[in-house]
Amino acid sequence: MRNFPYLLAAWIAVWVVFFLYQISLSRRFSQLLDEIKRLKERLR
Amino acid sequence: MLGTSEPMNRRIISSLIVSSLMCAAGYAALFIAPDERTMHDAQRIFYFHLPSWLAMFLALFVSVFGNISYLFTRKQAYDWLGVAGAELGVVCCTIGLVTGPLWGKPAWGIWWTWDARLTTTFLLWLLYIAYLLLRSMVEEADRRARISAVFGIFAFLDVPLVYVSNRFWRTQHPTPVFFGGPNAGVDPTMGKVVLLCFAAMVAVMTVLLLNRYHLERLRCEVSLLTSEAESHDLDRQSRLAREHV
Repeated sequence: MRNFPYLLAAWIAVWVVFFLYQISLSRRFSQLLDEIKRLKERLR
Repeated sequence: MLGTSEPMNRRIISSLIVSSLMCAAGYAALFIAPDERTMHDAQRIFYFHLPSWLAMFLALFVSVFGNISYLFTRKQAYDWLGVAGAELGVVCCTIGLVTGPLWGKPAWGIWWTWDARLTTTFLLWLLYIAYLLLRSMVEEADRRARISAVFGIFAFLDVPLVYVSNRFWRTQHPTPVFFGGPNAGVDPTMGKVVLLCFAAMVAVMTVLLLNRYHLERLRCEVSLLTSEAESHDLDRQSRLAREHV
């Protein structure tokens, strides 16, 4: 188990980057879907 | 995650494939790949470091394909592909830039050095961040697509430079283990594990790329609906004014 902390840090970093990107995508999706819903109601 | 129009079973199947590939890759990298004699566990960073770079190259190829195709055809779909590839390229590049120093410290004794490979890679990251910032600063869709396509092609010029940097110049970064000449190569098990990790990374990247593309399509739908709603409001106001008169 030599140099394990570096491996662990890298492993966590990969997941954190993917997780943050996924959150950012989900947030942008929900904002746009809300906007579409609002605009469709305005057009009715 | 994706819009409501996408069939549910397709989403489930793709999630299952990606999750199983990621689990298999993680298991193989940690438990199947042989231990390296000098770096020990730190060498296992190789199994996410190298695939993240390969996935980045792939994403940036998709991006530049979108950029060039947009300039020739002026189809918005290519602009969406360009931005999706660029954003995923930045994500993969970030992973590479974070995992690199975490491997460099135990292997070289330093976190970072400004050698040709590391500097050109950092420059690439900055160029694509600039590409994304540039897009956020231009309001009009056609102008934004045109300017960012040109800038995207310019940014991509750094990609071959990154690739050849440790082949042409002496760098702290080691020479490539794949396609790096007669002395290059890895243990066959390590090679298989890295291939599996690359497949997992590409699977994740593909799912995220499709989501990002879909997001851009939705953004276009929003701008169309906004202009439609504005003209609808104007019609209603003029009708009301006429009725009033």
